[in-house]
Parts: sequence; structure tokens; C-alpha cells
Amino acid sequence: MAKQISVFLENKVGRLAHVTRVLGEAGINIRALSIADTSDFGILRLIVSDPAKAYQVLKDARFTVSETEVIAVQVPDSPGGLASVLERMTEQELSIEYLYAFLGTRGDDALVIFKVEDIAKARKIFNEKGIKFLDESTLYKL
Amino acid sequence: MNYWDKEKECMPREYLEKLQLRRLQETIYRVYAFVPAYREKMEALGVKPEDIRRLEDLKLLPFTTKQDLRDNYPFGLFAVPMSEVVRIHSSSGTTGKPTVVGYTSKDIDTWAELMARSLYSAGASRYSVIQNSYGYGLFTGGLGAHYGAEKIGASVIPTSGGNTKRQIMLMQDFGTNILTCTPSYALFMHEVMQEMGIKPSDLKLKAGVFGAEPWSENMRREIEGKLEIDAYDIYGLSEIIGPGVAIECPRKNGLHIAEDHFIPEIIDPETCEVLPEGTPGELVLTTVTKEALPIIRYRTRDLSTLNRSVCECGRTHARMAKVLGRSDDMVIIRGVNVFPSMVESVLLNIPGVEPHYLLVVDRRGNLDELEVYVEVSESVFSDEVRKMERLGLQIGKELESALGIAVRVRLVEPKTLERSEGKAKRVIDKRNI
Ligand SMILES: [Zn+2]
Repeated sequence: MAKQISVFLENKVGRLAHVTRVLGEAGINIRALSIADTSDFGILRLIVSDPAKAYQVLKDARFTVSETEVIAVQVPDSPGGLASVLERMTEQELSIEYLYAFLGTRGDDALVIFKVEDIAKARKIFNEKGIKFLDESTLYKL
Repeated sequence: MNYWDKEKECMPREYLEKLQLRRLQETIYRVYAFVPAYREKMEALGVKPEDIRRLEDLKLLPFTTKQDLRDNYPFGLFAVPMSEVVRIHSSSGTTGKPTVVGYTSKDIDTWAELMARSLYSAGASRYSVIQNSYGYGLFTGGLGAHYGAEKIGASVIPTSGGNTKRQIMLMQDFGTNILTCTPSYALFMHEVMQEMGIKPSDLKLKAGVFGAEPWSENMRREIEGKLEIDAYDIYGLSEIIGPGVAIECPRKNGLHIAEDHFIPEIIDPETCEVLPEGTPGELVLTTVTKEALPIIRYRTRDLSTLNRSVCECGRTHARMAKVLGRSDDMVIIRGVNVFPSMVESVLLNIPGVEPHYLLVVDRRGNLDELEVYVEVSESVFSDEVRKMERLGLQIGKELESALGIAVRVRLVEPKTLERSEGKAKRVIDKRNI
């Protein structure tokens, strides 16, 4: 399990820079990042070194922020690695809202952040199927 | 029930109308004699003061508009010599000349009486601490409320607008019971209170008297819920006297117009015909006690209805419905009249959506387009694009069914829409018509 920080951004020049500046000044490291955008707005998703603090400093800077539960899954860093994980999830009818890559590795594995509909179910399936995922504290320290 | 002046406020209609007629006749003789502009208008219509024999004869008289005040800038409509004028207020005059209004010392006293009635109706007494956050200065709100509060004998904190954090600190430290300001500023104060970590239970605030801009029933619910107070609507305009022309009673079912000082009518804004009681239209007001600046049949541009039945509160003075909008704010888009207040009502009915919005009207090719900017608060924010897009579509659909025209919704970051400390700007019209 891990906490993702989500931020609502208008599609205006300088908004992303502002978020990263606010985090930088608070000494918070960005560990993974993805932006989903439309013509009007974007949703920035972040994995950071200190989610609680990031939430607070962004809120203080008057951004609309929320915390979302996600899972950091270890994926073999080889061709077909992600496919095999996804296939096992699909077999179990685990629906995925979105996913994005983490900027770092765990041993030989790549890391992928998953937002799933049912997080408890995901955990159970991962344990049964031998899919490795990271606990929160390990993830933020990577 | 609290009345500041029971004899006047609960006067049987029969007597009230006799009083109105006598005062109206006296006013007409006076303007005919002392204000050339009124005499010329009356002569053009062939009306003489003695033609006003009954209250219904009011409809024979000419209308007065804001333009008349501009045309006679600055003191042309005053009915007394300047030696009798003790106060001058003025509108901001963003387009062309400002409008100027004057008061004799008796006018100031009348105004204070009306504001005392209004604040009393909202529960004020000599034991109240009243924080007056209407702007002091040329704008009539600040000084008008101030004099009324002092007349009651309440303790007034003349904070004026602005410096919101300090206002809230004083509100807490001084134990403010009643707040007077614009409704949008009340909501802004609540936002700042949240940022400061101050809860309504930390305050002694019981009621607010809010005016100077139209606000909806939904906005009342929002203010009352967030600040945990009773919110009363007060109506007034500087051309007539300032705030205190009409005030809600605890029934909150229309605003009692001080009919011993003003005669209300509702007209069709297109044909100018007087409409029957209960029909919505433009409010027209005539002053019958003003000395310095008597105003005959002033077209307020505010849309409302009148109800002359006796209120459950015991007051006999006619009630005007909460103003539905100003025809100045009204934008006509593809032939449809759109009021910002309608947008506000829709937004307040969608759970979690804040009533902070901006209407942007533009013309693409030959087609007018309405875009509504809506702030995304934390309570409706989702990390999934799909859900956010669905929210935008839902708001758009509800706006379309309420307004009757296509609306494009743009979701924006909170607090990006201009939140002035006075009146909130709700419409940007980019069309070059
Ligand atoms: Zn009443």
C-alpha cells in the first residue's frame, strides 16, 4: 500500500512548476509522477518522500489536493514483465483505474504504481499469485 | 416579536395609505416647486401636483432613472439649498459620471431609524455587539448601518471591509453577535476562518444582516449552515436612501418595505405598466419623506414581486420577494435572459460544489456561447479524470436545464476566481455588441 498525492491543476502556464517548487522548498522528494490531462484541466499524481507533509504544504499553497491509496508493484525488469502481472490481474477480474512507472528500481525489478478499484482484493490476489509489492515505508525511502 | 417602532411597522393598511397619500402629495408639491427637472418632466406629461388625489394617481407621474441623476450631476435634483445638506454620498461611477445623493439632518435621522428597525428585526438590541463590515466612505452601506446600530444603542465595531484575518480576530475577541456585510463577503470570511482554524462555536455570532447584492435562498442556507447563524436579507439603494429600505423579519418570507417612507410599485420593464400584486417585474420606489433628494418612481432595475397581506410577524408593510436579479447583471444569450443567481442556485444543489463561479459570455462566429467556470473543492475532487469529467458534464446538464441554453463548464482551481471583499464579480461579457 502507498499514499499517492493527487493535485487538481488548471491547464495554465506555470502550475506544474509551482507544485514542484512548493514541494522542493519543503524538502520533499518526488519519487514518481504522472499527469492525466484534458483540454481544461489536469490531475497530477505523485508519490513523494513524505505524503503527509506534501498534502499539508500543497493545501497551504491553496491547491486542491487529495490522498489516494495505491499499490507499488514489483515488476520483473525484462520483456513481458508487466504483461505477465497485468494478465494475472485480469484473470482475477481486478479492475485497474490507472498505472504509471516509478522512477527507481527494487533490486532487479522495476516498480509500477497501480490504482485499483478494490485495494483489499488486490492485496489478496498479489499474495496468492506471488506478485511482489512494496510496503509504504520502504517505498518512500527508495 | 421585536419591533423597533411597533406603531409604524404594524400600522393598519388603511391608516398607512392615508399617511402615504398625504406624504406623497407634499413631496410632489415640493419637487414641482423646487426641482426644475421634475417640473419639466411633469409638464411634458401634463401632470400637475393637484392631479395626485389618490395613491393610484402615482402612475400618472414620470419615472426617474439612474440616467436622470447623471444628467443632473452633481446636485441638480436636490430639493433643498446646499446649506441644508449635511451629507453627500456617491456611487463609484465606473461608467460615466457617478450618481450623487444628498441628505439633510432629518434625512440622516430617518435613515438611522430605518436601519435601527432593520437591525432590530434581525434580533439586535442595545446589548448587541454589531460588527459592521460594509465599506465606510462614499458607499452608503457602512455609514448607514453604523448610524442605525448606534441608534439602537448597540456596541458598533466599525471594521469596514478588508483585512479579513483581523476582522475575524476582533469578532472572536469582542464577542460579535451580529455581522453586517455583503453575503459573498460572509462566505469569504468563513473561508478565512477555516484557514485560521476558527469554528463558528468559537464565536458568539447569532445573526447576519446581508445586502448590497442579490443572493439566493440557497446561498442563505449555505451561510446559515457554515456560520451557524440566522441570515437576514436587507435591501436598499443609495438613490432611495441607502440600506434599510426593506428588511426581512424572522419569518424570512419577503422583505418588509418601510412603507411609511417609500411607496413601492412593480412594473413591466418593457411596457412600464404597473403590474398586479404578486406578478414579478421591476421594482419602482417613490420616496415620500426624503428632504434633500426626493425621488419619484425610481426604476431600481431589481426584479421582485410585492405582497401586501399582513405578515405572520404582525407587520403590515408590504413584502418584496428576495431580489431575483438585477436587469444590469442579466445577460441575454441567444435571446434567453440569464441571471447569475440562477447559476448559483444550481451549483448549491449539487453536493460538494461550492457556489464560486464566473459566467463568461463570448461570441464565436455568430453564435453566443456561455461558459461557466466552477471551482473544484476538495470534496468533489477525484484523482480519476473520468470522474472529474463526469462532474463537469453533470453541472453542465443541470445548468442547461435550469437556464434553457447550452452551457460549457470549465473546472478551475479554487480561489482562482476573483473574490472581492465587496461585491463578487459574476459575469464577464466578451462580446462586442
Ligand atoms: Zn414579517
